[in-house]
Amino acid sequence: MSAAIEVVNLRREFRSRTGLLTSDKRVMAVDGVTFSIPAGGVLGIVGESGCGKSTLARMILGLLPPTAGTVLVDGKQLFDLDRKARARLIQPVFQDPFASLNPRRRVADIVALPLLAQETFAADEIERRVAQILERVGLSAEIGRRFPSQLSGGQRQRAAIARALVLEPRIVICDEPTSALDVSVQAQILNLLADLRRDLGLTYLFISHNLAVVEHVASEVAVMYLGRIVERNETDALFRGPRHPYTKALLESVLTPEPGLGVPDVGLGDAMPDPANIPPGCRFHPRCRIAVERCRSDPPLPMVREPEGMVECHLA
Amino acid sequence: MSALLEIEDLQVSFGGRTAAVRGASLRVEKGETHCLVGESGCGKSVTALAIMGLLARGGHCSAKRLSFAGADLLSLSDREMSRIRGNRMSMIFQEPMTSLNPAFTVGSQMAEVLRRHRGASRTAALDRAVELMGRVGITAPEMRLGQFPHQLSGGLRQRVMIAMALMCDPELLVADEPTTALDVTVQAQILRLLATLQRELGLAILLITHDLGIVARVADRVTVMYAGEVVEAASTAELFRSPQHPYTRGLLSCVPAPGRVRRDRPLGSIPGTVPAISPGFTGCAFRSRCAHADATCAGKIPRRQASAAHDYLCRLAPAEFAESQPA
Repeated sequence: MSAAIEVVNLRREFRSRTGLLTSDKRVMAVDGVTFSIPAGGVLGIVGESGCGKSTLARMILGLLPPTAGTVLVDGKQLFDLDRKARARLIQPVFQDPFASLNPRRRVADIVALPLLAQETFAADEIERRVAQILERVGLSAEIGRRFPSQLSGGQRQRAAIARALVLEPRIVICDEPTSALDVSVQAQILNLLADLRRDLGLTYLFISHNLAVVEHVASEVAVMYLGRIVERNETDALFRGPRHPYTKALLESVLTPEPGLGVPDVGLGDAMPDPANIPPGCRFHPRCRIAVERCRSDPPLPMVREPEGMVECHLA
Repeated sequence: MSALLEIEDLQVSFGGRTAAVRGASLRVEKGETHCLVGESGCGKSVTALAIMGLLARGGHCSAKRLSFAGADLLSLSDREMSRIRGNRMSMIFQEPMTSLNPAFTVGSQMAEVLRRHRGASRTAALDRAVELMGRVGITAPEMRLGQFPHQLSGGLRQRVMIAMALMCDPELLVADEPTTALDVTVQAQILRLLATLQRELGLAILLITHDLGIVARVADRVTVMYAGEVVEAASTAELFRSPQHPYTRGLLSCVPAPGRVRRDRPLGSIPGTVPAISPGFTGCAFRSRCAHADATCAGKIPRRQASAAHDYLCRLAPAEFAESQPA
C-alpha cells in the first residue's frame, strides 16, 4: 500500500514580540508531527481549539512555511514544488463557505479560477470541466450563474468542493468542512464527500472537532494535543479502545443522543492548554486524572505497536 | 396550574414581510429544563428574544398569551420590562465575547447587574460576583474581577456570562446555544454546571440548541421548531423513543451516533433546505422536503396527540406513517 502523503517531523513555531526588553514569546503550534495516509484513505484529525490542527493543515497546503520537517506527496518534496504543481496535487475545503468564496464572482467563475491559474487550459476545456464538476457535486448550471450570496450554506459548501476538485487533485484537506452547517445539510455534504472519495480515488485529511463526524468518515484517526499527535489508530480500534487518557476524556465528552444518561464528568479540570506555555514532561499531565511523578518530568516517547497504532503516554 | 413561562400562539414578523415565528406555543415549568430545537432560521432565537422583549427594531410580536410568573409580558412598558430582564429572568448567548463589553472589567460588568436591579453597593455587588464566580467553577475569582473579557478563555468567558446571569437569582434562564462555540470537553463542563445550578437554585432553563445530543442529555421536555412553527413537543424520553413528525425523525437520522456508525452506509439526510415563508403561507412548511407529502399537505394541518403530553403537527396519525410509503 503506497502512501499518498507522508508528513515527517513537521514543526511550526510562532514568535510574538511582547515588549522591548522582554524576550520573544515562543509558541510551538505544531511540535513534531509525523504521519502518512495511504492512497484512498481518510485520516481524521481531532483535538481542541489551539491544538495546532489548523496550523498543520495550512502547512500541508503550502500556505505557511514550516519551521522544520518535510511533506512528501507521491514521493515528491511538497515544498520544492511551485504553486501550480502543488495546486494540482492538494486542494482545501474550509469551514466557512461564507468567507471562502469571493462574493463578487459568480459560482462558475469561482470554480473556474484554479483552472485559469494553471494557464494551460483552453477556454472550452475550462467550460467543459466546470460544467462537469458542478454537476458532480449536485449544483445545476443555473446555480453556476448565481453569486454566493444567493446560495444556501449547503450549496456554498458544494461550490467550495467543486472548486477544490476541478483540478482533479490527489489529496483534499478538509478543515471543519461541515461545522458551519445545519445537521440535515451536514449529512448531505458528508455523504457527498464520501461518494467523491470512492468515485475519484481521493485521499482526505479530515480535520474536525466533532468526533461523531470523524468516526463516520475516517479510516484512521489521529488525536492532537498541544501540537503533537498523542494517539493514532485505525478508527474502530481508537473509538472502541482509546489508550491515551486524553483520547478517553474526549470520547467521554461526546454527548450522544441517548436520553437519561446525563452529562458525564470527564475530570479534565480547569487547566486549559496554552500553546505558549507547554508544561514539562508529558504535556497533558496538568489535566490528566492518572498522572504520576514521572509524567511531570519525562516527556513520553511515541510507542508504536502495530497494528495497534501509536500512543504517547507512560501509562498506556 | 400555571407554568412559570407560558407562550400561546406567538407570532413574530419583521417589516410585515418575513414571518419568523408563526403561532408557537410552549410552557416552561418551574425548575425544569426545556429544550427548543431546530435548525438555523426555524425561529428559535427569535422566540427567545421575544420572551426577553429584545426583538430588533422592525420586529413585531403578538400572542394570545405571553406570561412570566403570572405577569403579562406584552402589556408591560419598556421600563417595567427592564426591571424583570436580567433580574427575574436572564439570558446567555452563544458567543460570550460579543455579549461582554470589551471596554469594562469583568468585575464592573458583573457588579452593574446587582447595582441596577437591587441598588446594591459596589462592595456588596463585587462580593456577590466573587461568590458566584466561585460557584460556577472559576478559579481565583478575585483576580478575575480586574480582568478584561479578552484575557479569558472561551470557557471562562461563558462561565462569567452564566455567573452574571445569576447575579439576581433569576427564576428563568434563557440560554441560546450556550456551548456551540466551545470545545466538547468544555461543553460538558458548562452543561454539568448548568444542571448543578438548576438543582441547587430551582432555576428553570429554556435551552435553545440545534444539537440533539445536548437535548437528550439535559432536557426534561423538548419543543421542535421548523420554519417558525412548533412541529412537535414531548418529554425527552418520549421524543427520542417515538418521534412522530417526519422532520423530527429526519433530524434524528442525521446524527451520527458514536459506536453505532456504519461507514459502509450513507448518513440519513433531509433533502433540500428550509423554504422562505412569506405571510399567507398555508399548509405544512416541511412538505417540500417530506417523503410522506401529498396534496392534502397544502391545506390546514391538524395538531395531533400521540399521547397525553406529546403532540405534533402533521396530517398523518401515528399509525398511518407505516402505510404512507415514502416516495
